[in-house]
Amino acid sequence: MADESLAVELTGITKTFPGVIANEDVELAVGAGTIHAIVGENGAGKSTLMKILYGMQSPDSGTIRVRGKEVDFKTPKDAIAEGIGMVHQHFMLADNLTVFENVVLGSEPTKGLQLDFAAGKEKIADIGAAYGMELDPDALVESLTVGARQRTEILKVLFRGARILILDEPTAVLVPQEVDELFVNLRGMVEEGQTIIFISHHLDEVLAIADSITVMRGGRTVATVDPEGIDAKQLAELMVGSELPTPETTESTVTDVVELSVRGVEALSPDGRTVLDDVTFDIRQGEIVGIAGVEGNGQAELIDALLGIREVSAGSIRFKDEDIANWSTKRRREAGIGIIPADRHREGLLLQSPLWENTMLGHQTVKPFANGPWVNRKGARERTSAVIERFDVKTPGPDVHAIALSGGNQQKLIVGKEMIAEPHVLVAAHPTRGIDVGAQAAIWDELRAARKEGLAVLLISADLEELIGLSDRLLVIYTGRIVADLDPKTVTPEELGSYMTGVGAEASA
Amino acid sequence: MNLKKMLLSLLAPTAAMIFALLVASIALWAVGRNPIDAFGSMWSFGTTTTSIASMVNRAIPLYIAAVAVAIGFQMGLFNIGVEGQYLLGALFAGWIGGNVVLWAPLHVALVILVAVIVGALWSGIAGFLKVTRGVHEVISTIMLNFIAFSLIAYLLLNWFRDDPTSLNLQTTTFAASAQIPGLNWVFTMFGFSEPRGISMHGFLFVAIAIGIFYYILVKRTRFGFELRASGMNPGAARMAGVAPKRMVVVTMLISGGVAGMVGLATMFGNLHAYTQDFPRGLGFTGIAVALLGRNSAVGMALGALLFGFMERSALILDFEDTPKEVVQIMQGVVVLAVVVAYEVVNRMIEKREIKAAAEATRSLEAGEEVAA
Repeated sequence: MADESLAVELTGITKTFPGVIANEDVELAVGAGTIHAIVGENGAGKSTLMKILYGMQSPDSGTIRVRGKEVDFKTPKDAIAEGIGMVHQHFMLADNLTVFENVVLGSEPTKGLQLDFAAGKEKIADIGAAYGMELDPDALVESLTVGARQRTEILKVLFRGARILILDEPTAVLVPQEVDELFVNLRGMVEEGQTIIFISHHLDEVLAIADSITVMRGGRTVATVDPEGIDAKQLAELMVGSELPTPETTESTVTDVVELSVRGVEALSPDGRTVLDDVTFDIRQGEIVGIAGVEGNGQAELIDALLGIREVSAGSIRFKDEDIANWSTKRRREAGIGIIPADRHREGLLLQSPLWENTMLGHQTVKPFANGPWVNRKGARERTSAVIERFDVKTPGPDVHAIALSGGNQQKLIVGKEMIAEPHVLVAAHPTRGIDVGAQAAIWDELRAARKEGLAVLLISADLEELIGLSDRLLVIYTGRIVADLDPKTVTPEELGSYMTGVGAEASA
Repeated sequence: MNLKKMLLSLLAPTAAMIFALLVASIALWAVGRNPIDAFGSMWSFGTTTTSIASMVNRAIPLYIAAVAVAIGFQMGLFNIGVEGQYLLGALFAGWIGGNVVLWAPLHVALVILVAVIVGALWSGIAGFLKVTRGVHEVISTIMLNFIAFSLIAYLLLNWFRDDPTSLNLQTTTFAASAQIPGLNWVFTMFGFSEPRGISMHGFLFVAIAIGIFYYILVKRTRFGFELRASGMNPGAARMAGVAPKRMVVVTMLISGGVAGMVGLATMFGNLHAYTQDFPRGLGFTGIAVALLGRNSAVGMALGALLFGFMERSALILDFEDTPKEVVQIMQGVVVLAVVVAYEVVNRMIEKREIKAAAEATRSLEAGEEVAA
C-alpha cells in the first residue's frame, strides 16, 4: 500500500476550521525529488493543508504518510523531526542578527557547552555551495534584500535537515528578477534530492517551475495535472471553475475636476523618522490612481494621513475646494471620503457583532444609521440587506455575526457598505486581498462602475495585475516618496518592480 | 433556535453556581459542618422579608458600582477607581447636602448631581492622564484611590466636620428634605410581612433608572455603538472616525459619574450624612459583579442580588458556629466559574452560528446553480 517513491502522501484529510476554510477529503501525493505546486484561489484551503502537513494543526480525519510511513504530527517539532521544513510567506527573522545567527537560532551547533561557530559556518557554507545559494553568513539581516532574506529562511530550514520543503507563496514578496533567482535555487535543490511543495496562485510561475500541479478549490483537491499538457488558461479554469476575469478598464472616464489634491505632504513616525516625504498627487473625478510599492514604504501612513488619523507635519490635503488637513476623521468620513482598510480584521470589522453593526461602522453618524444621537436599528438593517443583495454577500441575514462569514464575503460587505454610501473619494487599500476570484471580479466591477459615475479612487494594492488593470495612473511609492508616475498601459511588471525596489529611482537620479 | 440560544446562555451561570456550591460544600465539609444543613438555614433565613429588604439594600450599591465598571469594560477600559470615586463623591454630596435646605426633589437632585460631578472629575483625571501622558488607567485609578482615601480623611477632619466637639466624625445630617423614604410598603402591599428593623432603600428606583440608562446608552445610542466598537476593535473604530482620545476621556467621565452615586442609597436612606464608618469596598465588589453579570444590565442586576443574598444569608452561619467566610469563597468561585463557563458557552454559540452561516451559504449557492 505505502509507496516509497512518494515523499508525502495525504489521504482523506478533512479539517473543519471555524469560519474560514475547510479541507474536505483532500488527496495529495508528492513524488520524492520533485517540485510539486499547489494552486488555488485565496481561501481554497492551501494554507490549512500545509499547516496540517507541518504539524501546526491536526486534521479531523485522514492520514499523512511521509516516505511511506504513517505519521501523526502534534507540533511542528514532530514534522521537523521527519525532515519537513516550512518557509513562511512572512519571514520570521531577527533583523538585528546576522544570517549565521538567524540560521542557527534554536538549533545551535555546540562543542561541549560552547557554541561551535566554526562548525556552524562550515555547514552553512556547504549547504550554500550545494544549492547555489550564496549568502554572506556575517551580513546583518536588516541589510539584506528581500530575496536574500528569503534565501536565509530557506537556509534555516535546510540547516535543520529538511528533505521536504514547503514554500508558502514564496514569490509574493519578490520582484520579478528575484523570482528567477529563486527558481534557479529551487532547481538546484531538487537536483540534490530535495522535495519541494510550492504554494502559489501565480499560474505562470507554477507552470514554469513545477513538475506536477495539484489544484485546490473550495477546500478540495480537484485535479493533479502535468504542466506539460496544460496552459495557464486551462489551469485557471480548473482553479475557479469558470472564466478568469481580467481587470481591464475600458475607455477613460477621467474628468478635469480635481477631487482630492495632495501637496507636499510630509509625516513623521513617533520616533521622528520621515515616513512620508513630499508626497504630491491629484485625483480627479472618475479617475483611479494606483499606488504601487512594496509594503511598508509609506502606504499605511499615507492612508492614515488622508483619513486624518495621522497628523501631517507639512503640506496640504485639499478635498474639493477645502483644505481638510485639520479635519477630524469623522468629519472627513461624513464629507464623503470612503475607506476600504488594508486589513479587514484589524481595521475593518467588528467580528463579534452582527452585520448590520458592521455596515454602520464608519457611517454611524449619518442617515440611515443615525437618528440624532440614536442608533436607527431598522434603517441599519435595511441598508445592510441592500448591501447584501447588491453585492451578493453570502449570508443568512443581517443579524449574523461577521465572524461567521468567509473572508470574501466579509470583504464584499466592507466594499459594499462604502460604495452604497456613494463617497466622493474612495481610499481602497488592497480591496481584493485574500479573497476568491469571483468576489474579486465583483469588486473590480463595482470600482469601475463607480469610477464611471465620477468617483475618485486611490487604489493601494500589492497585486500588480489589479493595479495595472484598474488604474488610470500609476504612482510608485518607495521609502515614503513618490518615485515614479507611470502609464499603466505601457508599463511592464519588470519596470514597476525596479521602481518598487528603488533600483529605478537610482537609475533615473 | 432563539429559545435554544437563551437556554444556552442560562447554562453558564447555572453551571457556575452549582460549581460554587460544590466548592463551598467541600469547604464546609472540611471544617466539619454539614453543607446541606448550612445551605438550608441560609436559605430559610435569607428568604424572610427582612432579609430580602437587606439583600436589596446590599445589591443597590453593588449594582451601581458594577454599571460604572461595565461602562469602562465596554471599551476595554479598566476603571479600578470606583472605590475612590464613590467615597469622594459621597463625601462632597454629604457635605453640600447637609448644609442646604431645599424643596425635597431639588435637594435630592442636588446631592445626586454633586456626587456625579465629583465622581466624574476624579475618574476624569485618570482619563486625562491616559490620553496626555499615556498612563495606564489601572495604575492611575488605583493610585487615585489611595489619594482619595487620604483626601477624605483630611477633608472630613478639617473642613467638612459637622461638630468638632462631637466624638462622631461626620458631615452635617441631612434635613428631612433630603431623606428618601423607604419602600417597606411594597412588602405589605403584596401581603407579605413588613421587614423589621430595616427599611428598603427608596434609592432602588434610581438604581433601576441607572440600569435602564446604561442599557439605552450602550445598545441604542450612537455613543454606545462607538464605545463598543472602540472596545471590540480600536483600529476599526479609528478608521470609522471615532476619536480614541476623546472616547477615553468621555468614557471615564461617565463611568466615574455613575460611580459617584454608589454610596447614595445608604446616604439617602439610612446615614443621612457622610460618616467615618461609611460603607467601603463596594467599588471592588462591583468589579466582581460586573464580571459576574457579563456587563449586561439585567445580568449585573441578578449578580448584585445574588451577592446581596449571599452576604445577608451568611449572617445566620455565625449563630450556628459555622465560619461565614465560606460565603466569600462562594462569591470568589462563582465569579471565576462564570467567566470560564461563559467562555465555553460563547464558543459553543459561535460554532453553531458559523456552521449555520456556512450551511445557509451552501444552500444559497446550490439554489443559484439550479437557477443558472
